[in-house]
Amino acid sequence: MVNCRCLTKVVCGFDFAILLHFAFLAASFLLRLVVMVTVCNVSFMAMFTFKMGELVTDKHVKYILSVEKRKDDFESVVMEHLRMNGAYWGLTALDLMGKLDVVDVNEVVSWVMSCQHDSGGFGGNVGHDPHILYTLSAVQVLALFDKMDLIDADKVTNYIVGLQNEDGSFSGDMWGEVDTRFSYIAICCLSIIHRLDKINVEKAVKYIISCKNMDGGFGCTPGGESHAGQIFCCVGALALTGSLDLVNKDLLGWWLCERQVKSGGLNGRPEKLPDVCYSWWVLSSLIMIDRVHWISREKLIKFILDCQDKEKGGISDRPDDAVDVFHTYFGVAGLSLLEYPGLKPIDPAYALPVDVVNRIFFKK
Amino acid sequence: MASGSSEVEEEEQERMMLRDRPEWADVTPVPQDDGPCPVVPINYTEEFAEVMDYFRAVYLADERSPRALSLTAEAIHFNAGNYTVWHFRRLLLESLKVDLHDELEFIERIAAKNSKNYQIWHHRRRVAEKLGPDARNAELQFTKKVLSVDAKHYHAWSHRQWVLQALGGWEDELDYCSQLLEQDIFNNSAWNQRYFVITRSPFLGGLKAMRESEVLYTIKAIEAYPENESSWKYLRGLYKGETTSWVNEPQVSSICLKILSSKSNYLFALSTLLDLICHGYQPNQDFRDAIEALKIPDLDTQDLDIASMICSILEKIDPIRVNYWIWRKSRLPQVA
Repeated sequence: MVNCRCLTKVVCGFDFAILLHFAFLAASFLLRLVVMVTVCNVSFMAMFTFKMGELVTDKHVKYILSVEKRKDDFESVVMEHLRMNGAYWGLTALDLMGKLDVVDVNEVVSWVMSCQHDSGGFGGNVGHDPHILYTLSAVQVLALFDKMDLIDADKVTNYIVGLQNEDGSFSGDMWGEVDTRFSYIAICCLSIIHRLDKINVEKAVKYIISCKNMDGGFGCTPGGESHAGQIFCCVGALALTGSLDLVNKDLLGWWLCERQVKSGGLNGRPEKLPDVCYSWWVLSSLIMIDRVHWISREKLIKFILDCQDKEKGGISDRPDDAVDVFHTYFGVAGLSLLEYPGLKPIDPAYALPVDVVNRIFFKK
Repeated sequence: MASGSSEVEEEEQERMMLRDRPEWADVTPVPQDDGPCPVVPINYTEEFAEVMDYFRAVYLADERSPRALSLTAEAIHFNAGNYTVWHFRRLLLESLKVDLHDELEFIERIAAKNSKNYQIWHHRRRVAEKLGPDARNAELQFTKKVLSVDAKHYHAWSHRQWVLQALGGWEDELDYCSQLLEQDIFNNSAWNQRYFVITRSPFLGGLKAMRESEVLYTIKAIEAYPENESSWKYLRGLYKGETTSWVNEPQVSSICLKILSSKSNYLFALSTLLDLICHGYQPNQDFRDAIEALKIPDLDTQDLDIASMICSILEKIDPIRVNYWIWRKSRLPQVA
């Protein structure tokens, strides 16, 4: 790679007159240079893949599709109430791998819409009560398929606005559980449907900041221990409301990069085990505060790739454990953030592919 | 499966399918609306699927009856994550005016197998809220039990913080933190709780009042295990909003020197010293001597100011975060 860059500099340094004079020679030299640069890139990729291991994309696609189809085993019956989350994880992972088209759009979209209640909120599956968690996933799934026009934005907005409390926090549903996760969800969802102005943003931000701890991190409620998942939610919410200036980026950046352990994986709190899902929570947070270069990219990539089941497909929380859709999504999303070749870029705040976010905000 | 609940006694004997129980004869179960593919279940899944079919029937009919309550217990035993079942159970508890102390016991049995489950903790909080200050000891006991199995359990700590603030019980909390830290000085949750107590307990006088004793406590912890991220962070946190006091506190700089001089596990001692210098601390020759005594290979320390030296060392001994230490070096206050 270094040689290629040096050669490029040499070519640009040629005297213009000499170039004219030896135009033929220069042209053929340039041609050779292009070939050399291409070969360098190809061998870098080959070396990259050889050194880092390989992402077995096709196996993961097969795995995700098999999970979507399975309805009769214990695991899928037990998870049926959060199928909306599962759909978001599986479908976003497929889209990042460029394989969203293998899914039947109409089947998924009509199922998603059948989970909506009169209140505007979505349940985790047909016949389940509405909850803010599944409302965001539903909106995100519709965004993936470019079916935003199916969303009654006012209805969804009413549901979410109704969940904001006096102190600016958000409840998950009518039962009043409060958690900064719900602050992120509310803000992300309303932002996607262009209704962020309908909540009290100032109070929402104030509440999130009240959950900031002395180590620079954020917890679920004021005083709650800093945790990478909660940090993602708070930083994401602050990013989407243009309030990142309220974060001590250097302090938080250090806390986040301290999550990387010897194996290259990331944990969620000091002295805990690494887990692939933190490849997302920690990484996207670092990206949002411009500090991602503080971790070792290569070591993290290697860790995620080691968590694959290369036979059956799917990714697990750590090497040699059982795979699931949740960790498959976070592993793929993490690799996308790390610019692993062959994956679509993902937006760290919206947790949707960048082209989907662009479509949301720039499509007429 | 769980045992001991009068509501699910059937499980201790052979479990009878709902369709065979006479008290359910009048109900038509409602199957899951999933799509065209018929299901070929194994036995266990068949029992669970049947419970959910009957649950759907009573839920759609909004039947507020003791048998419906009993059914939600069965459904929860199969799958404690189903928030719709918990939701309906709460409605039933209200309508049937159930003794909520019994409900606390029920939750405890479920939590024994499912403790990492948002629904259980949320439900527990709703019930405890209704019981009010009476529930205080039960809640502190319950979280203590969970924490004795997993001392870093995020939900348990979150619930415990809510209990203290809503129902009280602060008096013994600092001691409890000390106990947990004695068992595992690296328990970041316990350090976080300690900070929570000293800053919020109505009985302790606040951070400033507690600072002196807490500094002593923390220094001891650092001396024992200088590689403990939590204790160093806690020490810094004791001076929140008063950086000058932190910089000028002799105990802070001297613990850095002590650890450096021990030549063992000195990473956080170095980074803390670096932070101190960046906030105006001026280390004396002892520090320079201690650093040079570390004899870090391939390090040319001759002309470097002490802060740059520290950054160079950290780049070497914490290579996974080399970019962070390079950045720190670039941000050092300019040496005159």
